[in-house]
Amino acid sequence: MNASSLAKAVVDGILTGGVYALMAAGLTLIFGVMDIINIAQGALIVLGAYMSYVLSVHLGIDLFLGLFITIPAFFALGVFIEWAFMRRLHERDRTAMSILVTYAVAIIIEGVLSVIFGVDYLQLHASYTDSTFHVFGFYLPYIYVFGFLLAVALLGALYWILYRTHFGRGVRGSLQNRIAAELIGVNVNRVRAVSVGIGVAVTAAGGMLFGATNAFNPSSGYDLISRLLSIVILAGLGSIGGALVAALFMVTLEDVVAVVWSPVWATLVYYASLIVVLSFRPGGLFGKAAVRAQ
Amino acid sequence: MTRTRAWMLSVVAVAAITALLAGCGGSSSSSSSASSASSATSATSASSTSASSSSGAASGSPVVIGSSLSLSGDFAADGQAFQKGYTLWADDINKAGGLLGHPVKLDIISDASSPAQVVTNYQKLISSDNAKLVFGPFSTLLTVPASKVVNRYGYAFVEGAGGAPAAFGNGLHNIFDVSLPVIDNLVPYAKWVASLPASERPKTAAYATSDDPFTGPQIPIARQIMQAAGIKTVYNKVFPAEVTDYTPIATAVASSKAEAVVLGSVDVPTVSAFVHAFIQQHYNPKSFIATAGPDQGDAFLKAVGGASNADGIMYPNGWYPGYDNAESQKMVNEYVARYGGNASGVNADVAEAYSVGQAVAQAVAATHSLDNAKIIAYLHSGVTLNTVQGPVTFNSLGENGAAAAFVFQWQKGNQVQVLPVGASASKPVTYPKPNWGS
Repeated sequence: MNASSLAKAVVDGILTGGVYALMAAGLTLIFGVMDIINIAQGALIVLGAYMSYVLSVHLGIDLFLGLFITIPAFFALGVFIEWAFMRRLHERDRTAMSILVTYAVAIIIEGVLSVIFGVDYLQLHASYTDSTFHVFGFYLPYIYVFGFLLAVALLGALYWILYRTHFGRGVRGSLQNRIAAELIGVNVNRVRAVSVGIGVAVTAAGGMLFGATNAFNPSSGYDLISRLLSIVILAGLGSIGGALVAALFMVTLEDVVAVVWSPVWATLVYYASLIVVLSFRPGGLFGKAAVRAQ
Repeated sequence: MTRTRAWMLSVVAVAAITALLAGCGGSSSSSSSASSASSATSATSASSTSASSSSGAASGSPVVIGSSLSLSGDFAADGQAFQKGYTLWADDINKAGGLLGHPVKLDIISDASSPAQVVTNYQKLISSDNAKLVFGPFSTLLTVPASKVVNRYGYAFVEGAGGAPAAFGNGLHNIFDVSLPVIDNLVPYAKWVASLPASERPKTAAYATSDDPFTGPQIPIARQIMQAAGIKTVYNKVFPAEVTDYTPIATAVASSKAEAVVLGSVDVPTVSAFVHAFIQQHYNPKSFIATAGPDQGDAFLKAVGGASNADGIMYPNGWYPGYDNAESQKMVNEYVARYGGNASGVNADVAEAYSVGQAVAQAVAATHSLDNAKIIAYLHSGVTLNTVQGPVTFNSLGENGAAAAFVFQWQKGNQVQVLPVGASASKPVTYPKPNWGS
């Protein structure tokens, strides 16, 4: 191992971390707004990958241009999921019951995808998925660089919506006190539906990037969910910016350990770091209370 | 409260139904398809497929054969291919008269690729579903726990995808693997590399393997042979089975600039991730072999980006669609007729599953019994059985001592047998590996 390998691991970790942040953003947003742990996030990512596959292979639409179709479609799907599955959960046991309900949603998505596409692995391909450019002695894949930039842009947009718009104030107001928000005229059901819609819409982009960097089949979402949950827990459930910081930190740490020490220890160190951080900051790096007060 | 409960039940019910639909892409029951014996059935096939003294359709009460397969989860692609193999065999055996005149009815339940669920499934199959015989699941990971519970009931456990040493180290007398023992998988490759003229032989090699009972035993043997031939090891790491990002590992292999890469992989995504990382790092080893993944036919090509990226990649196996065996060709044709696609899309899982049925059928025919104790004794008798993968003879551990190790290579979109050199069906190895995308 030399300095060059270490630097490459850091660069890879940062670029890959951006992709993971994008995949985790919807998860943390939905929890932040509704106290719902969306176990279906992994399945939604895979669904996003399949939608991009259909647009790319069958309609010849570029992967990134296809997002102009998949993101609105996923927004509508998110609104439907909120209406059909999440709105009916009781306030008092919402978080616990949401795990069961969204797991059922994940199974439904996996089942439908299996029936339509079968279980063979697929991967998204475009001219830039294997292409690289050379800088400072490294070959940087365009797909990861584009993905990182897309992640920063979309997470920035999410942050702006939540903290710089009238709608965002409504979201945060309904989080702090639902009854008070309703009394001053906030339509809480609408705010929640739109918030889940946005969370799922962002996942469409995460799904495209996942499919362009990994082979996937309808079951691939289950491998992702533990990783994504660990990122949003480290970030502080509900924190958009925290998700980016946590994803960059954890994936970079894992990549560096894999190169410097051993891939076997990378996963262990990854989760050990989560335990250490939570020991000192039980609410994560950017806890929910702080997020809602911003 | 009542409405909420009703809604919750509805959600769970829909999920359960969807999961069932997804897992049942093919019929798991073959008893209804019994018809007259196929006139195309060859003499060899009749001896290995049918266990009936009559050649007409099976007419007795059905014999339930149970199996737990990974119809969802990490091994879903392999599990569903196994289901197709078992189903094809069941159809053929029923057309040929069934087992001792009884039609075969498969009872396949999904374990979702879970070592815990597979144990529960075999308990259910034997104690609740009254399966007379059981067939094995997919992978050594699931075969090991399953074999222990099946042994408790005294059932024969014939399987096609649990060939790692871990499956045979538990002192069980009931386990039989019809496929090649995986510990020998890479030996023909390593010996071939070692036999190359010094000027052509790779000078360095990288070894990366998943922490899995299937891959783990294969790599050290290959490394030992190659090191003895003077090939220096420049990278040798194990990575966890549940890796979600292979980039740092693949990049480290690329950085080592090894001239040969030996990858211990269990699935398509692992190999695909390494291929894409190698392309991105402008790294093309002279030789690249992966223990599993490239054997998945069209699914592998779709993942790596087409035949031009697969060209030159090698993999070990005991069977391929072009295998020169009449029964194998018949099975491939039946597969294409039933499931569509072409011969190259038939992966080895189908043949492994089909072979399980053939071995059991021959044991039932020879013992004239569905008694598991008699079947176990027969399979341990040293008899040679005929399967679509070739001859099967079980040693004292239950490994197939008659299996031949082959190595295949992707050449211009086709899977070609290349090793052992000199074997009748072996074609020349493409070496060094062509550039990516060429």
